Amino acid sequence: MYEFELVKPASLAEAIEALKAEEAQPLGGGQTLIPTLKQRLAQPGSLVSLAGIPELVGVEVKGDVVNIKGATPHARVAELTASAFPALAAMADNIGDPAVRHRGTIGGSLANNDPAACYPAAALACGATLVLTGPDGAREIVADDYFQGMFATDLGEGEIVTEVRFPIPEASNYQKFVQPASRFAMVGVFVAKYADGVRVAVTGASEEGVFRWTEAETALTADFSPAALESLSVPAEGMMGDIHASPEYRAHLVGVMTRRAVAAA
Amino acid sequence: MPTISMTVNGKPVSAEAEGRTLLVQFLRETLGLTGTHVGCDTSQCGACVVHVDGQSVKACTMFAGEAEGSDVTTIEGLAPGEGELHPIQEAFRDNHGLQCGFCTPGMVMTAADLLKRNASPTEAEIREYLEGNLCRCTGYQNIVKAIQDAAGRMAAE
Repeated sequence: MYEFELVKPASLAEAIEALKAEEAQPLGGGQTLIPTLKQRLAQPGSLVSLAGIPELVGVEVKGDVVNIKGATPHARVAELTASAFPALAAMADNIGDPAVRHRGTIGGSLANNDPAACYPAAALACGATLVLTGPDGAREIVADDYFQGMFATDLGEGEIVTEVRFPIPEASNYQKFVQPASRFAMVGVFVAKYADGVRVAVTGASEEGVFRWTEAETALTADFSPAALESLSVPAEGMMGDIHASPEYRAHLVGVMTRRAVAAA
Repeated sequence: MPTISMTVNGKPVSAEAEGRTLLVQFLRETLGLTGTHVGCDTSQCGACVVHVDGQSVKACTMFAGEAEGSDVTTIEGLAPGEGELHPIQEAFRDNHGLQCGFCTPGMVMTAADLLKRNASPTEAEIREYLEGNLCRCTGYQNIVKAIQDAAGRMAAE
């Protein structure tokens, strides 16, 4: 690890101020960032720890929307959304391993936008609204505009994810084909059915990061059943390929996991 | 250098440490509590699992400064007293739940976290909870058996 200063602000305002420093970087739960630092793949001047800021942790259910504060760890999300939004709770409860879930945060996951992370699929499938707070105050952005490709988001300099608002679907499910070593998704599909249509978001598969499978959405909006997907497939072109799974295999898994998610929703 | 203060195994401790000091380094090198092991240093193996404010975490993937003011329990603090073993430690011994023993501190601390949340877990639940703990000797069989045994002993207490 390169040398840096660890800053522990007591409030969101202090955190935003600390993030104005040169080469300052936010630290969520650190479950991706700390291993990255150890590999010397990042060299921040200072790390601003968000985990200990009380106003950034918690879940609030307001009517048909679940609001999750940015520094809420996965284990807390699983616990606090279990009755209001069980599909999201189950997804959070299956990220990494228990120790990782006690530290890793929703805001950290969405800020990093790993192409195989689970939260981006949930946020995109639900059309979640993210609240980003930075030196110019807070702004809202919908998930469709927020995700901008592998590890890329709309987050600006000094901005952090302070809240994520999920409209609760009528029916939903997340199916993850686990990469057994990393526990990330080889392919993960989140299906969410709303009064005005069905949304399907896929993680772990595309070279462009999380994406919506619009053909499946149209078919499922007309007929919300696994049978509606039988003639559909995604092309292997543009899918990630590695020693664990070829692009063809991942493309095939997208169909399988989507059908399973619909059947389980 | 900043001073970091926390409670470790019930005792308040305070020491100077750099911001980049990992919790596991702080425990092992600053406090001399070498029961917490460093296996992989890449958050995979779970040999460094300790409890921070009652929750299992990988001490190699948290900064000591983040644990400022926290209540930390390591393997050294699990037994009720000097010369005694915690029921989970006893069960590991009796069921041959360890061979080389390197992963054992993390296994025991993860098991303690599980049994606090779920007093009588099924075999599947135990295996699922051990997802972040690797053992290269036992094939897990006797670790799972030990945790089942420990659950029975703790329920009987």
